[in-house]
Amino acid sequence: MRGATRLKWAVCATAVALAAVGCGSSSDDSGGGGGSGSGVVRASWGDPQNPLEPADTNEVQGGKVLDMIFRGLKKYDPKTGKATDMIADSITTTDSQNFDIKIKPDWTFSNGEKVTADSFINAWNYGALLKNAQLNAYFFQYIDGYDKVHPDSEGAKSTATTLSGLTKVSDTEFKVKLNQKFSTFPDTLGYSAYYPLPKAFFDDHANWLKKPIGNGPYTVQSYQKGSQMSLKKWDGYKGPDPAQNGGVDLRVYTDNNTAYTDLQAGNLDLVDDIPASQLKNVKSDLGDRYINQPAGIIQTLAFPLYNSRWSAADSAKVRQGLSMAINRKQITDQIFQQTRTPATDWTSPVLGDSGGFKEGLCGDECTYNPTKAKQLIQEGGGLPGGSITIGYNADTGSHKEWVDAVCNSINNVLGNNKACVGAPTGTFADFRNKITNKQMNNPFRSGWQMDYPLIQNFLQPLYFTNASSNDSHYSNANFDKLVNEANAEPDTAKAVSLFQDAEKQLVKDMPAIPLWYQNGSAGYSDKVSNVLLNPFSVPVYNEIKVN
Amino acid sequence: MGRYVIRRLLQMIPVFIGSTFLIFFMVYALGDPVAALFGDRAPDPATAARIRADLHLNDPLWKQYLLYMGNIFRGDFGTAFNGQPVTELLRSAYPITIRLTIVAILFEIVIGITLGVVTGMKRGRPIDTGALLLTLIVVSIPTFVIGYVLQYLFGVKLKWVSPSVSPSAPFNELILPGLVLALVSLAYVTRLTRTSVAENTRADYVRTAVAKGLPRRRVVVRHLLRNSLIPVVTFIGTDIGALMGGAIVTERIYNIHGVGFQLYQGILRNNAPTVVGFVTILVLVFLLANLLVDLLYAVLDPRIRYA
Repeated sequence: MRGATRLKWAVCATAVALAAVGCGSSSDDSGGGGGSGSGVVRASWGDPQNPLEPADTNEVQGGKVLDMIFRGLKKYDPKTGKATDMIADSITTTDSQNFDIKIKPDWTFSNGEKVTADSFINAWNYGALLKNAQLNAYFFQYIDGYDKVHPDSEGAKSTATTLSGLTKVSDTEFKVKLNQKFSTFPDTLGYSAYYPLPKAFFDDHANWLKKPIGNGPYTVQSYQKGSQMSLKKWDGYKGPDPAQNGGVDLRVYTDNNTAYTDLQAGNLDLVDDIPASQLKNVKSDLGDRYINQPAGIIQTLAFPLYNSRWSAADSAKVRQGLSMAINRKQITDQIFQQTRTPATDWTSPVLGDSGGFKEGLCGDECTYNPTKAKQLIQEGGGLPGGSITIGYNADTGSHKEWVDAVCNSINNVLGNNKACVGAPTGTFADFRNKITNKQMNNPFRSGWQMDYPLIQNFLQPLYFTNASSNDSHYSNANFDKLVNEANAEPDTAKAVSLFQDAEKQLVKDMPAIPLWYQNGSAGYSDKVSNVLLNPFSVPVYNEIKVN
Repeated sequence: MGRYVIRRLLQMIPVFIGSTFLIFFMVYALGDPVAALFGDRAPDPATAARIRADLHLNDPLWKQYLLYMGNIFRGDFGTAFNGQPVTELLRSAYPITIRLTIVAILFEIVIGITLGVVTGMKRGRPIDTGALLLTLIVVSIPTFVIGYVLQYLFGVKLKWVSPSVSPSAPFNELILPGLVLALVSLAYVTRLTRTSVAENTRADYVRTAVAKGLPRRRVVVRHLLRNSLIPVVTFIGTDIGALMGGAIVTERIYNIHGVGFQLYQGILRNNAPTVVGFVTILVLVFLLANLLVDLLYAVLDPRIRYA
């Protein structure tokens, strides 16, 4: 049997080689269980980009989990977005710069450890320290001593390991000194970067990351990175908002179409990202189990004001003209199937009127008006070089369609087919690099998702001189002055109106054209009820009831 | 034979080094990944510098490559951005994709070769024309269309299977995705087998075998099929690598967290360790599959010998 021996040889050789590479191992996934067990919500998820720790999580997917397993000093009301006291008993200040924070004594982490002033101070110091390279470090930038713990320039070393602005008074009280006046600082404290951390985080960081321990209504039961996480209701939770269900199973989907199909097949209870291709059918498929409501996200077209093409004195007129040349209503209806709302200011409807949202603040400059648009662009000297491009990244978010539509709208107004074309960049990373390195010559897409529902967050980081996300590198003394005044103003209503005055400066200079407010969308199965999206367009998991 | 195998294994070393360097170079050329970590926000220079230093991004390319290769030989494939070691990702993703590939290959062999033999023997008959037409349709429809349609049909309408595969991905859940993955190759296998069988039915040795009075079954299986399988085996062998790496579309549609999923994430996030680690293993699989194919030639056709 010559043939047979040869075959044996072939199999052996391959087997040896395979074993050498180490492919032979078999995984021992425990299956994860889950299923339609009693009272468990099965929800779609995306793989978090970064390790799940409060100061290093800056995107929604990781944020979802942190919001379930942690509670901070404040919590944003799911309906109104108003910051209300959670662990904080009181936060008081007399000068808008020194804050006295008292915390409630009865909070504990799920491992039994008490939540004390130290839990906050240590967590914030960790988040701010340069050595830890936390993505959210800049949240602590207003705290006194930040420049020593986290020097801003490249290559600099930190000269202190703790923020000098944080002082412990007792286990239930600590003081925060800021490096500038910031009257609405307490309202920022609901953001996940400010969550407290237990000792276990510092003692055994690697293990903590495998199975995070927090103080929120859920505990992590099992976590298979990249595929799923099972969260269980924590029975020892004493906060005012315990989970209304037995737990949440988060499953990672790479394709939101598949998640939607799973929802239709009854394999999933909640999808918080309806695929664009299904928007036409979603109402007939799900009926009133489809949610479409404004979220704290605004999309704009930002201009590189550092570039000579856009820095001329009359250039603002061109930008205003371009803004008036975009038929926002048509694009949001046709392309986005009303999951976007035409923008009429630079904030978001989720702020509410009292929070600073003012419909129509931008006025005529953000309203479609072909004749006026053409006239303004001509007065401003025409498009620089006769044509513009709109930059976007081609890898995620399907921006091509709307960028082309915006360009079409501009081209129609100007009666010139070549006035505006889209300019894709391959990857998001590359796109961001170009923007950060000031290499843009033309307007580019820009999105802003709020960190906390304050008008300050929509204006200061984006348009204040040298602010962290000022992609346009806009600088206006009047705008800066008004923002500073607003931050120093202890009366919220007055502060908001000062911020709006600052916003009016943006109408004149138009450093970025507001396009539309993005909505959050979600769909759920008939097995669950009481599903809401909060202003961050994240489902309020702990309120979901399983029928 | 033994020496031949050893020579082939040694030849893999330069191929391995060359291909990993090319992949490393290409991922590197995609640009700086750090900016994407910060979303739509400008990174603060100090944190960005810190992350770049941790990832050795400031070193020249050759130094990064040497560092990376040095770590690989110590069994360290680097870390993905979510803090997970790439070896862990490899361990969780490869078994799943291997299972999926096995299902797909089985479909190719069982259905593809059977159909090929049947059509090859009955050239010009309705069954032949029918099968050819069917393969033509399958080849011309893109995988993602077939994938979504079958998913909707079997998963949502008929409810025979779950539309997506659970994280542990057992064999029985991989039947539908495996079929979708195999379909295009299956059509090629059918056509290749058919042509090869059709050609060999007229060969001298087949006529001799028939003249000897051997039973028809033995003529077809032992004499005709065995000699007709060489091009088919070549195709299936190279297809193993293609199926494992090319499962990105299928894995996305059925939410299978295998190699395709990890590669997709790695590329999207510009994460060199993940991409290079996965492709490196793919390269090895490809090389081994080719070696296996070459060795199988000798088994199938005694005229081919390796000294």
